[in-house]
Amino acid sequence: MSKPVVATTSLAGCFGCHMSILDIDERILDLIELVEFDKSPINDIKTFSRECDIGLIEGGCCNSENVEVLRDFRKHCKTLILVGECAIMGGLPALRNNIPIKECLEEAYLNSPSVTENEERIIPNDDELPIILNKVYPCQEIVKIDYYLPGCPPRADLIWETLVALIEGRKPKLDYELIKYD
Amino acid sequence: MDTFVQEVLEAYQRDKTRLMDILIDIQAQFGYIPPAVVGQIAEALQVSRVDVEQTLSFYHFFSTTPRGEYAIYLNNSVVANMMGRAKIAKTFEDELGCKFGEVTPDGKVGLFETACIGMSDQEPAALINGVVFPNLTPFRVREIVRDIKAGKSPEEMLTASYGDGQNSSPLIKAVVQNHIYKKGPVLSDDYQPGEALKKIVQMTPEAVIEEVKASNLRGRGGAGFPTGLKWEFCRKFPSKQRYIFCNADEGEPGTFKDRVILTERAQLLLEGMAIAGYAVGATQGILYVRYEYKYLQKHLEEMIRIGHEKGYLGQNIGGKEGFDFDVRIQFGAGAYVCGEESALIESAEGKRGEPRDRPPFPVEKGYLDQPTVVNNVETLCSVVKIILNGGSWYRSFGTEASTGTKVLSVSGDCRYPGIYEVEWGFSVNDILDMVGADVEDVQAVQVGGPSGACIGPDEFDRILCYADLATGGSMIIFNHRRDLLREVILNFTNFFIEESCGSCVPCRMLSVIMRDKLLKILNGHGVYQDLIDLEEWGKIMKANRCGLGQTAPRPILTSLKNFRHLYEERLQDKDFDSGFDLEAAIKDACEATQRTPHLHKPERQETAYENELVGAIGDLL
Repeated sequence: MSKPVVATTSLAGCFGCHMSILDIDERILDLIELVEFDKSPINDIKTFSRECDIGLIEGGCCNSENVEVLRDFRKHCKTLILVGECAIMGGLPALRNNIPIKECLEEAYLNSPSVTENEERIIPNDDELPIILNKVYPCQEIVKIDYYLPGCPPRADLIWETLVALIEGRKPKLDYELIKYD
Repeated sequence: MDTFVQEVLEAYQRDKTRLMDILIDIQAQFGYIPPAVVGQIAEALQVSRVDVEQTLSFYHFFSTTPRGEYAIYLNNSVVANMMGRAKIAKTFEDELGCKFGEVTPDGKVGLFETACIGMSDQEPAALINGVVFPNLTPFRVREIVRDIKAGKSPEEMLTASYGDGQNSSPLIKAVVQNHIYKKGPVLSDDYQPGEALKKIVQMTPEAVIEEVKASNLRGRGGAGFPTGLKWEFCRKFPSKQRYIFCNADEGEPGTFKDRVILTERAQLLLEGMAIAGYAVGATQGILYVRYEYKYLQKHLEEMIRIGHEKGYLGQNIGGKEGFDFDVRIQFGAGAYVCGEESALIESAEGKRGEPRDRPPFPVEKGYLDQPTVVNNVETLCSVVKIILNGGSWYRSFGTEASTGTKVLSVSGDCRYPGIYEVEWGFSVNDILDMVGADVEDVQAVQVGGPSGACIGPDEFDRILCYADLATGGSMIIFNHRRDLLREVILNFTNFFIEESCGSCVPCRMLSVIMRDKLLKILNGHGVYQDLIDLEEWGKIMKANRCGLGQTAPRPILTSLKNFRHLYEERLQDKDFDSGFDLEAAIKDACEATQRTPHLHKPERQETAYENELVGAIGDLL
């Protein structure tokens, strides 16, 4: 039987959750025995090359590209897992949600004291750039999500236990320490 | 400006617990609270600027920007909407040339929304500089705007005759009607002020409490705590000073009975407060009245003055040495949550109306940290009749567990909206008959306001009592023309979101999330899982600190239980739909950056992917 295939991505996140994945330390050697990776920043594969079993999503959706990537993940992954606060609730990026996007852009590119070189007063508008959404959306407000791993970031042990349990087809053992957040 | 503010500050002895009164007076004088004045107040009261600002920003009738020479507050409650508010709102906007939430460019008129103002039997209604304008029609609105432009005062703009009873007294002069259709012990005309006081001075305070306990009277605000027991707890808690609060902050949409009692039976209420003072050993009473009823201020002050003149209030009441009791009026400034007893106390201390953690309960540590009894208007009125006629007489009304009467405020789709004092034990059907509702055409009745229950015809035989259908008195009737979810449940849920004090996370956040879920269903994006989510998430709301937060999901939960078909018929036949609309989500950014969106349509995206895949495989080969 072929190994399960895992894909991961970081949308509007800080890569902290991916760091937490790497934080499984030497178990990473066990992991590559257990699974294969497809699209992921870990192996730098940019596009899906096949159907995947598990998709891990870090970060919420702050622009149109995030939405497309997320939808792509939903299409190619049997099971989609949100990893961390930003994916589940928007997290820090969502702090802008109470401010109109126009104000945010003007503050960032025109009015802020740190703006020194923008004499033509341009807000970046190249067609290549993803378009910012009116607010940061948690992923489950866009596509159907199967599982949620809370934390900022979720502990490496929580990610590990969840992945292994899912692959072994059993319920994860979520000890108190794994889901304690203070 | 400075002098006026100084005078106000002096009038309240620079007492920081009277900040509400200070702000109310300044707001009334200038139409807003200027930033410079905030500093002046803070300095005089020896508190920080933030202390003043946090109270100021909490209440919705306070403002830091001018609200106009004429501040128009149009009620946006469910009943107002049912009675044609949309047309009224549009006429105001068209005639004045400004939108709701704005002030006309000349600064003359401000147009604002406000929650239920306690006029559900005469909607649509508005407050203009505190004066009530009920039964509005587009024609009437045009008259009002014309008069405003001519510079008339709100009082001069009234065209109807003054209302019945005390509404037409020189101290009220309101065009508000009482609409009392049924009287009982509380509203009875058979009342001689002072009789009950004469009786209690012959009794010990403990005996008074025993009599109230014997009557089995329970709190009429809605929660139904036994009154005698509350008094006993307060009396037994050691302290030098205790306080009696009368909660006349009725804000539950659809309730207006306290307005009528304050208008017609203020003496009875004050006597009830004095009795409570005698029973628990308090010498100071505070009558907390919602800002919407400020038009009753002179009338209430006169009633207190008469109380002093006749010896029902003041020193040595009823000739009894040491029986001292005085009452002051505390006005709110527009916050539903202040109806919660500990929030009411906070507000009366000049702070934000945020409910306190309990225990300690107010009977132990209430106003100014002293033992405090907070009773509803109707409860205190009932006490007087219990003292006069005895607890066993009172028990002859109502049912065994729910004794006495309840004053109901009935509104909505019926012929005779108004006040009905009924014995506990009436069924909803009985009441529908009594108020002239077309029973065949009634789709639903909201019992107990938004925080109560929305029930359908198969439950109209249920009985009004604490064990079955408890109510603070609001009953709103909806016929089949009403879109229950969009017009009623959505409005109620928005009301709770607006009125949340923001302290507990589930109340602040989850109410909004649940409202958005409801909107998603209403907009055709609902799936079955959404109903399960609403039910499950509703349970989390129990974690909130006060009754507002705990009952905020009830409009959705009770309608989901009793009118599930209204939800189900809007659902789609698929497993998942988030309702997310990418085009709508990028609209603002496209406008801000002047970009034309080039979005991948889902079909195209698929082809693109396949091409990419073929490309990728091609590369590998």
